[in-house]
Amino acid sequence: MVFTLKSPALLSCALALGVGLASSAVSAKSSVVIGMQQEPTTLDPTADATASIDGIMTHNVFQSLTSVTEDGKVIPDLARSWTISDDGKTYVFSLAQGVKYHDGTTFDANDVKFAFDRAMGKDSVNPSKKIFKPIESVNVVDDHTVEIKLKKPDAFFLFNMAKGDASIVAPESAENNKTNPVGTGPFRFDGWTRGDRLTLAKNPDFAGADSVAIDKVVYRFISDPAAATAALLAEEIDAFPGFPAPEILPQFEADPRFTVTVGSTEGEVILAMNNAKPPFNDIRVRRAISHALNRDEIIDGAMYGRATPIGSFYPPHGSAYVDLTGVYPHDVEKSKALLKEAGVEGASMTLRVPPFPYATRSAEIIQAELAQVGLDVKVENVEWGFWIGEIYKKQNYDMTIIAHTSPNDMGNFARGKKYFYGFEEPEFTALWEKIRAEADPAKRDELLKQGQRYLTDQAVHGFLFQLPKLGVYNKDLMGFWQSSPVLFQSMADISWSK
Amino acid sequence: MRRENLPQMHGAVRMGYFIFRRLVGFVLTLLAVSVVVFLAMNVLPGDPALNILGIESSEDARAALREQLGLDEPAVFRYFQWIFNAVQGDFGVSYSYGVPVSELIVERIPMTLSLAFSGMVLTTVVALVMGITAASHHKKTGDWVVMLLSQLGVAIPAFWLSMLLVLLFAVKLRWLPPGGFAGWDDPLAAMRSLVLPTVSLALVQSAVLARVTRSSALEVIRHDFVRTARASGFSRQRVLWRHVLPNALIPIVTIVGLQFAALVSGTIVIENVFYLPGLGRLIFQSISNRDLFTVQALVMMFAVIVVSANFLVDIAYVLIDPRLKARTE
Repeated sequence: MVFTLKSPALLSCALALGVGLASSAVSAKSSVVIGMQQEPTTLDPTADATASIDGIMTHNVFQSLTSVTEDGKVIPDLARSWTISDDGKTYVFSLAQGVKYHDGTTFDANDVKFAFDRAMGKDSVNPSKKIFKPIESVNVVDDHTVEIKLKKPDAFFLFNMAKGDASIVAPESAENNKTNPVGTGPFRFDGWTRGDRLTLAKNPDFAGADSVAIDKVVYRFISDPAAATAALLAEEIDAFPGFPAPEILPQFEADPRFTVTVGSTEGEVILAMNNAKPPFNDIRVRRAISHALNRDEIIDGAMYGRATPIGSFYPPHGSAYVDLTGVYPHDVEKSKALLKEAGVEGASMTLRVPPFPYATRSAEIIQAELAQVGLDVKVENVEWGFWIGEIYKKQNYDMTIIAHTSPNDMGNFARGKKYFYGFEEPEFTALWEKIRAEADPAKRDELLKQGQRYLTDQAVHGFLFQLPKLGVYNKDLMGFWQSSPVLFQSMADISWSK
Repeated sequence: MRRENLPQMHGAVRMGYFIFRRLVGFVLTLLAVSVVVFLAMNVLPGDPALNILGIESSEDARAALREQLGLDEPAVFRYFQWIFNAVQGDFGVSYSYGVPVSELIVERIPMTLSLAFSGMVLTTVVALVMGITAASHHKKTGDWVVMLLSQLGVAIPAFWLSMLLVLLFAVKLRWLPPGGFAGWDDPLAAMRSLVLPTVSLALVQSAVLARVTRSSALEVIRHDFVRTARASGFSRQRVLWRHVLPNALIPIVTIVGLQFAALVSGTIVIENVFYLPGLGRLIFQSISNRDLFTVQALVMMFAVIVVSANFLVDIAYVLIDPRLKARTE
């Protein structure tokens, strides 16, 4: 079998597995066992959008030109520095020198060109192909300098280049990255027993290797929240950075062995309405539904109070955030009046819910809240494949609940009638084009505020809450991000305090 | 088998004919299963390309991927291509994992078979002991206790029981790991990992089997030969295990055969609770990923297991009951 672990790793894993208590002793100084709900299907972040691929591979095994800090700031990575032309269309990156891929091949400007051309090409299956759309050409200036020309200025370009989708893969190894990922990052891929665990080992040749405290990272895949809880309590795993069950957090908070963090993600949870379909094409109906929603009740019931309400489509931790949660206060009478005006009192509608706890739990509460204003909502729990096929692709739905987890994704509302929102307003599309092209952060924030107000005014969807990032960690484990502006965090930042 | 059709056949030939007929039925069953799975997976809404590339992906990337995966071919063509390759032992490449399906399955078989096998052994042992004990204490305390326990066993959901077991033995006492399975390279660790899943799987199943064993044994105990055996001085235990049990086996074996199928599907739940890398978890993920070839191969494999179990039960009948053998000759 290809993916069996090498024997020393296997032995220590077996030890960790066999001797419950000893596992923390084995890992105490230099290795860490991380629990994850979702298992990757393949290991190439440039060919598959599964979030756990980014969570494990990006900025651990693979590096990109840039990286991102916990507060969303862009920092240098493989590109040590860059200059931007005055018209915002030409970027010149000077690259790190002396960097080697894990298979021993050398990293240089040709690898950057290869990686970008591969992502932008006609046959490219890059899940974020659209972040490369603004690029006109990638040119090698010399071994350590790359020039990227854009068709038009793109405010999110440097941020997007930090993503796993923009990993700088090598022509020698790109084909096999799905099963044997080869990058330049602080950790190299060490083994994967599908269904059970994936192991990374420290890359001694990494430029900053001296400051990397962890020698070995083991990811264990545990999808069931109760099983995840047991594994943490039994000290079988040291950390669960994306803990799935807010209702269990008090148990960990009361246990001195653990640190619990509640942070924010880029995921806006919305009650999406099919704007292309009656009665949701009527703004009065959408506003009535917004008035019928009681966000505090939803957050208390579905997230056990561990989430921040949102009034528009922008994360509360972002620099351009405006609090619009008060625009449609919970008001049953007003909601009823609007429905009456629109002539849809007592209408029946379906709420098709994907199989995520935040969605299924919110759905029951929303169903009851809409019943209070006289709407008869039928909740249909559907599985993810069905959701993708019927709701997302065919727009065959009335309402659904979904978290949009990408950063800077307000452009969803500019994707036209064919996107599952069924929403199209030329005014907003024009505004989004301006946002994308605005290089000055202060001006861009101003435009983003306009965008938020516009979407709230149109009551395109019911804006519910920001999906929280819940983390449970061994109390001696340091360096995990509380909030995550991106899908990845490098394990090079992690260390044991003792 | 009607005697007049096969006047000159010897026992061995007849057995060969019997097995041949079963094999034909077997192949036809598999073919039917493959058609049903293929139709179901095609009727189900969903799109493997969207699943892999995510809902934020662009249409041209998805189109490129569909082409790479061969999803742009007509469904009927894909089906026959799959059958054509499958008979040659090639079950295709998984859409989502990007590796041959056979590789995925081979990786996971040891886990699921270990669990199903140990579950079956424990089920049978516990059920026979409980059932025979109950029958021999008919309408006394022993019977009453066993029946109460088995009633509980039938009523308790396996996943709930397994969580309790984990809380006690893994979290509180730290005797056993809460989940995971690292493979058989370290047999001791592997067996430790299997203890809790096996118990969770077997307790519920054995409760059902214990009731069948009890009533079947009670049926036999009433027969004259049992009284004769007792009267001729054999001990109670000897009569129970050597005389009553063999005669009570037919219904028990029938249920064991049915239970094996239930046990294999029961591993799906248990593998999730104990995060074991088995086939159950693989099929669960493959269905939601619309990973056609993987689902196809797995469902067919489960069908093979179930059909084989029934086949073994048929053979076991003949071995257990010499009268059946006489009847076929």
